[in-house]
Amino acid sequence: MPVHPLDLIAADSLLDEEELAIRDTVRQFGVDRLQPHIAEWFEAGTLPARDLARELGGLGVLGMHLEGYGCSGTSAVAYGLACMELEAVDSGIRSLVSVQGSLAMFAIWRWGSEEQKQQWLPAMAAGEAIGCFGLTEPDFGSNPSGMRTRAKRDGSDWVLTGTKMWITNGAVADVAVVWAQTDDGIRGFVVPTDSPGFSAPVIKSKLSLRASITSELVLDNVRLPDSAVLPEVSGLKGPLSCLTEARFGIVFGVVGAARDCLETAIDYSVNREQFDRPIAGFQLTQKKLADMTVELDKAFLLALHLGRLKDAGVITSEMVSVGKLNNVREAIAIARESRTILGGNGITLEYPVLRHANNLESVLTYEGTEEIHTLVIGQAVTGLAAYR
Amino acid sequence: MRGLRRDRCPLPGPVTGLTVPLSDLEMIGSNRSGRLTGESVTDPSWDQQNTDGPAIARALRLVPGGAFAVVRIVVCVKQVPDSWAEKKLNPADNTLDRDAADAVVNELDEFAVEEALQIQERLGGPDDCQVTVLTVGPEKAIESVRKGLQMGAGDGVHVVDDAIHGSDALATSAILAAAIERLAPDLVLMGSESTDARMSVVPAMVAERTGRPQLTFAGKVDIADGTVTVQRVTDYGYDVVEAPLPALVSVVEKINEPRYPSFKGIMAAKKKPVETLTLADLGVEPAVVGLSGSWSAVQEFAARPPRAAGTVVTDEGDGGTKAADFLSAQKFI
Ligand SMILES: Cc1cc2nc3c(=O)[nH]c(=O)nc-3n(C[C@H](O)[C@H](O)[C@H](O)COP(=O)(O)OP(=O)(O)OC[C@H]3O[C@@H](n4cnc5c(N)ncnc54)[C@H](O)[C@@H]3O)c2cc1C
Repeated sequence: MPVHPLDLIAADSLLDEEELAIRDTVRQFGVDRLQPHIAEWFEAGTLPARDLARELGGLGVLGMHLEGYGCSGTSAVAYGLACMELEAVDSGIRSLVSVQGSLAMFAIWRWGSEEQKQQWLPAMAAGEAIGCFGLTEPDFGSNPSGMRTRAKRDGSDWVLTGTKMWITNGAVADVAVVWAQTDDGIRGFVVPTDSPGFSAPVIKSKLSLRASITSELVLDNVRLPDSAVLPEVSGLKGPLSCLTEARFGIVFGVVGAARDCLETAIDYSVNREQFDRPIAGFQLTQKKLADMTVELDKAFLLALHLGRLKDAGVITSEMVSVGKLNNVREAIAIARESRTILGGNGITLEYPVLRHANNLESVLTYEGTEEIHTLVIGQAVTGLAAYR
Repeated sequence: MRGLRRDRCPLPGPVTGLTVPLSDLEMIGSNRSGRLTGESVTDPSWDQQNTDGPAIARALRLVPGGAFAVVRIVVCVKQVPDSWAEKKLNPADNTLDRDAADAVVNELDEFAVEEALQIQERLGGPDDCQVTVLTVGPEKAIESVRKGLQMGAGDGVHVVDDAIHGSDALATSAILAAAIERLAPDLVLMGSESTDARMSVVPAMVAERTGRPQLTFAGKVDIADGTVTVQRVTDYGYDVVEAPLPALVSVVEKINEPRYPSFKGIMAAKKKPVETLTLADLGVEPAVVGLSGSWSAVQEFAARPPRAAGTVVTDEGDGGTKAADFLSAQKFI
């Protein structure tokens, strides 16, 4: 009897009953509610974000690792496992959840006023309200400190002007957490998306993360009360703290995408015959499958280790960089290698492998590019910063 | 009505007269089955709406002294091998090899749990209606109780005893009946069959043993005025059947859509009480259960023969006739 790649290291034995129950619930939800539609959503270049948010909110996925305000209050490991199951379906769905929980909700939960928390978090946890997170700009991606979006004082109000780019959930959001320059450095603002002057045109023609809504945010003299600013933080530390949260979810998430690719490749290669035998029986195929299995297992162990460190409260952002760099890099390699095993079938939407590989191109870039995480690690081990 | 003769059937515990027909389940215990109220509906698109509002207050039974009593529901759940997995029998004693496949909660039982939780919500919540999950099975079967608790049931009961291994439907029903007598709920909810044995007899047997009216194959359940009313799904539509509480209802899958346990539910389940009971606790004689106490036994089993090649009919203008001949030879038409 063939063994599942993750059973080769008895991966489940490292999880407790509650973690397994949460994992299994999200997996079942994925099989029942997401898998049947995902190829269609990807092809159409959209996703029913509102309906999905409500369903995911009902399960308790949104902001699940946060305490209070209607959030589930699970462990970080449980949150990671949920990301893994969602990304096993599609990185776009995991992105919806990451941006909602780890970027928008986390920003308000960690740096917001009590009033902001009461107003937004319970609705966002339930999926009644969708959030987005506006940091990147057309001219400032890897280097957000140069951002041009500005918030100016006008009496006791704030007036925001600028453009944000590549904003996940932007066009479907009820609330945007927007980062802008002020006279006292970078500050975060909680912007209701029905504010006059706010618009979120959708970015079309993506070849990656198609089952996700990506927008520009245009802020044309958006007037906000003083209470809209996130009171507890100023400087880049604000957005970077949120990114560390979301990257943590990616470290687990991409293991799910890679797992789905490898499962597909194994299944396909055992059943596909060429030269009168299953292609899985050829040594070249087995080398691919064995190498992918080893990398998948290592990626899982790294993710879980970082999860335990996060639950123990001792994780650092550099540790998360190690996880993001390795796991995304290996996941995309597994997706591409799996694609070769499926031959021509591998390029269709009939199978998930090229969809995952294409999605992972975005994942490689957002939340800190592969190069930036390399430089973070380089700086950590040398003490020399190479990128600024 | 055909049935086992009573003198041949040892009855454990405080149960009432037993008549367990091995077939013709429609007729079983008709004296105690729900009363057909005369309404019989053939429209398959029947209304699935549940009553609410006024029914809520009326459902709570007035007890002497004027206080409202809490409605108590016990849901029986069974742990079974994953329905999609290939099942194996253990050659040592011809019983199901429960380690050969992942164990899950019998699918229909999740519908029963869901129904109990929906009734609880309609009656006003856990203070007005208590939902208990009951299972009989080995150590590992506690997982199925946990699943019910994760979905939202308040507490659980797990009957576990080495002597239970190998119990058939009749023996299992004796254990369930004894546990139900002890819990004395107003309503027992069960799935109408399990995916492993697929006999659909346990609800009827438990109803008989506990002297409760049985309302089987329910596609809708309402409680009001100390009465349970169900839409009993039939081949042509449904019958409306009602009975006084306490009663037993088995449900079919069209009744609802079971919820996924929420993460809060999963975390709360760890703290919910589960009572573990042995046969001795229930006063059930080990001799009447298990392999030795069972009335049915698997004598032998064999692997399914490989599929024979199909018959190809070449259509030479008479394809229809040939197909009809084939079907009538197989007694399909
Ligand atoms: C689908 C998708 C969704 C996104 N969602 C969001 C969102 O919700 N919110 C948000 O704020 N942003 C979002 N982003 C933006 C994302 O974070 C940025 O794309 C990312 O930070 C990179 O910025 P950039 O695209 O401007 O590339 P650039 O920063 O211009 O980088 C281009 C290339 O140059 C390299 N490079 C840059 N600087 C250096 C250096 N010092 N040394 C070596 N190499 C360097 C990069 O690694 C990269 O390879 C999203 C992006 C995508 C694609």
